[in-house]
Parts: sequence; structure tokens; C-alpha cells
Amino acid sequence: MIEERFDAIVVGAGMAGNAAAHTMASRGLKVLQLERGEYPGSKNVQGAIMYASMLEEIIPDFRDDAPLERHLVEQRFWMMDDRSHTGMHYRSDDFNEDRPNRYTIVRAQFDRWFSGKCREAGVTVLTETTVTDLIRDDSGRVLGVRTDRAGGVVFADVVVLAEGVNGLVGTRCGLRETPKPKSVALAVKEMHFLPPEVIESRFALKGDEGCVIEMVGSFSRGMTGLGFLYTNRESISLGLGCLVSDYAETRESPHALLENFKAHPSIAPLIAGSEVREYAAHLIPEGGWREIPQLCGDGWVVVGDAAHFNNAVHREGSNLAMTSGRLAGEAIHRLKATRSPMTRADLKLYETLLEESFLMKDLRKYKDLPALLHTNSRNFFLSYPELVSSAMQTWLRVDGTPKLEKEKKTVRSFVEKRSRLGLVADAVKLAMAWR
Amino acid sequence: MTASTPRIADKLYRNRYLVDPGRPHIKVRPHVTPSPELVALTTVCPAECWQMNDRGQVEVTPDGCMECGTCRILCEPSGEIEWNYPRGGYGVLFKFG
Repeated sequence: MIEERFDAIVVGAGMAGNAAAHTMASRGLKVLQLERGEYPGSKNVQGAIMYASMLEEIIPDFRDDAPLERHLVEQRFWMMDDRSHTGMHYRSDDFNEDRPNRYTIVRAQFDRWFSGKCREAGVTVLTETTVTDLIRDDSGRVLGVRTDRAGGVVFADVVVLAEGVNGLVGTRCGLRETPKPKSVALAVKEMHFLPPEVIESRFALKGDEGCVIEMVGSFSRGMTGLGFLYTNRESISLGLGCLVSDYAETRESPHALLENFKAHPSIAPLIAGSEVREYAAHLIPEGGWREIPQLCGDGWVVVGDAAHFNNAVHREGSNLAMTSGRLAGEAIHRLKATRSPMTRADLKLYETLLEESFLMKDLRKYKDLPALLHTNSRNFFLSYPELVSSAMQTWLRVDGTPKLEKEKKTVRSFVEKRSRLGLVADAVKLAMAWR
Repeated sequence: MTASTPRIADKLYRNRYLVDPGRPHIKVRPHVTPSPELVALTTVCPAECWQMNDRGQVEVTPDGCMECGTCRILCEPSGEIEWNYPRGGYGVLFKFG
């Protein structure tokens, strides 16, 4: 395949891999990037919201030519039962700024653009190449990778594993465990195409403004799950994700859940008349800080989803991927400059940079939240949404029932469903995990 | 599931795939009685690649696979299935992702 030797090999061309490859190549390192898809992005799936600050650190002027869909001016949170939603909406004209903070993107297009920037920075990008194994010496030090191309062995000082949530190479080589069913969510999603003006009128948007809805409720059938609707320029990304362990236990069909979700009276009018052009599925790391594996070893580092970097509470994944990729790239560049041999002790610099960044601080803040939500899923994702809906309806219907009686009825419904102790315990546990 | 649920084939038809003929990337170990996890795949797989045959064994046809990895997470640790990425360039090719 390629006879020459590289400073670094990056496995994967998603957000983390592109961030790492770009960071290293633009600092003068000789970088080879391997991607198994036909083109960068062809294997990648995300909602998708992209946070500008983390990309600006890598490509400051990305707004000039990146394929961005809409900048977000409105966020809605919905709690749903089978026939209703109770919502909290936040919209601000402050989000109509020169350099907006959040954009919707379409990953296959965005990743192609990002990969183009990597090539411009000097990265050698090889697509349609699956990395099958790591090459290691007797001490276990990683020397390079083996690929499925004829004679496909390549050597480098360090291998950056940006191989995504499944992380086949790293798990097969024993660098980390296969993700556990309770630590990953299966998300399914459809792309609904509509004319831009239809999307703009349905969500009261003008120009490139965009809107996001994130939902919890009975559509996940009591499983720990989240629904989402993102407005792109001429499409709507609609989907839902639930924990794999919950799916295995309930044996629900994600395909059927998505169909029911689409038929919900609060959602159906938003996608009416659309043409579905793609159905995608992907795993999302949801275990948080406690599931983060060993991050480096002799001759290797792991970044992005493969390192389980995802903030489930704030729905941040690709920005953590970009940040971890960039920090790995910066660490490797600094080590290269001092001719360090890229041992585990040297590469700990990457861990130090992560610890100093928002990434580890945020993940540590929420370290107990995944376990809480994952073990009380029926309460948080089914009982409470249903109770809130019935409380709202009791509150709003004017039917001659005295208000005091209505209030008592609502309080009684909560107590009957969860008991006083259960309500207090849920509140306390949530507050503790949030701290 | 309601009667109006469209068939999964109609949904997957909109996706782009490059199938590697004769080289399925997922294989199931021959078995007499499938484990509960393996049976779960017949409903949990988002592409409905897994079916139970009339002898009660679970089979896989990974042509419509979206490479999410759910079946791997559930059944690879027990050795019941073998899961690899398709050869470079093959498999699902997302147009939008």
C-alpha cells in the first residue's frame, strides 16, 4: 500500500479523527488518515447539532465555506404522553448574531467538507480502507496498523484511534472493553425533506434560523430515551434513541417506535407532506464519565465516541469529539517537537490537556446522572410525563370543579403513582446527581 | 405495532448500500436453542436483519444492515455472533447521516 512511514496514523474520518488529523498536519506533522467509508461521512450518523466554538479552535473561518444548515434561535423541551406535550420553549433574537453558537448540520456533507480541509492542511486521506488490526511489538507498543488492502501495513510513531462508538480495533486489541448494553443508546432517525419555506412557516423561522425540539415521554415505552427534531435548511431530522439494555429487555422494535412517534398528534403536523430520503441507525455512548476507558498507551491514543466522550445531559457529542481530537493532536505535536518516544507516560500529556478543558470537568459533574436515569427509567420517562400531562389538563379545563379540589386531585395522582417517599427520593437523587 | 406500520424493506429501499456478495459481515454461530439476547435481535435490530426460522433458530441477512452495532453489543460477548465491519467501501453509504 504505502511504503513510507508517518508521524501519525488517524483511524477514522469523523469529527474526532478530522480534528486530530487537521491539528497535526497544520502543525507540520506527516499524517495518514484511514477511513472505511466510500467517502468521509458515509458511515457517520448524528442528529445533528454542531457547536461553533469547538470548530473555531480548529478552523477559525469555517463559516466562510462549511455546509451549515441553520443557526439555532429556538430550543423546545417537550414532555409527552400519547396525545399531548407539555413544553418549555426558549427563543432569543440574541442568537441572531454575527457568529452564531449552534448550527444544524448534515453529517455526510459536513464531514466531506471537514475532510477537504484536512487534505488542504496536508493530510493523506485514504478512503475505502478498513483498519483490521494494530501492529505491536513484544512489549505491546503500537507500531502501526494493518488494513484490508493488499499488503496494507503502515507504520507510524503514534496511532490515533478515532474509530467511533463501536471501536472495533481498540476493543479487539484489548485496549478497552466493548461498550455495555446499558451504556449505549440506539438512535434511529429519518430525514424528512420539505421546501425551506414550509419549514420556516411551520416553525416561525426566517432565513437561516433554525429550531430544535428534544422530547421525553411515553413514546419510549418507559425506556430511558430521548426524541429529537432538528430543522435543517430543506429537511427535518426526526428520531429517537433508547438504551440498548432497555431495548433488549422490552424487545421493542425501534422501527415501530419511530413510526408511532411520527404519528403523534404533536409531531405529525410538523412533518406532514414530507419525503423521507434516508433511514439511519447509530449507537450513542451514554455511560458518561464512569465509562471512559484508558485513554492512551505506548504508541496510541483514543479520541471521540471511541473514548466514550459524550455529555448525555446536554446532548453534546461531536464537540467533545472535536475537542478531544484537537487536544490529542496538540499533545502529539508537542511530543514530536521534543522528540519524545510517544510512550504512555509521554502521551499522558493528552490526558492532562483533557483534564484542564471543559470536557472532563463537564463529564465529571454529571458522573452519577446516567446511572440514576438508567435505573429509574419508568418513573422519569413514563410516569412523570403522564402525570404532568394530566395535571396540565386538570389545570386548564374549566368545568365547575372547585380549584382546591383540582389541586388535591393532582397532588393525589403524583402520590398514588410514586408515593411521598418516592417523590422526595427522586428529587433528592436528581439534585445530588446534578450538583 | 399498528397495521399501518410500513414494511422495513420500504424504508431501507431509500438508503444506499454496496453489498459485498458472498461476504456477509455478520455471522451467527450454529445453535439449537437461541439465547434470550439472540431472540431479542429479531425485534430490536433497527433494520430487521434477524429472523427466527421455523425450527426456532435465529438467522441473519445483513444486506440492509446500517452497521449500528446493537447486535454486536448484545451478542458478541457470548460468542453467539461474529461481527466485523464490511470491507472498505462496502456496506451502508449514508447520503445524509
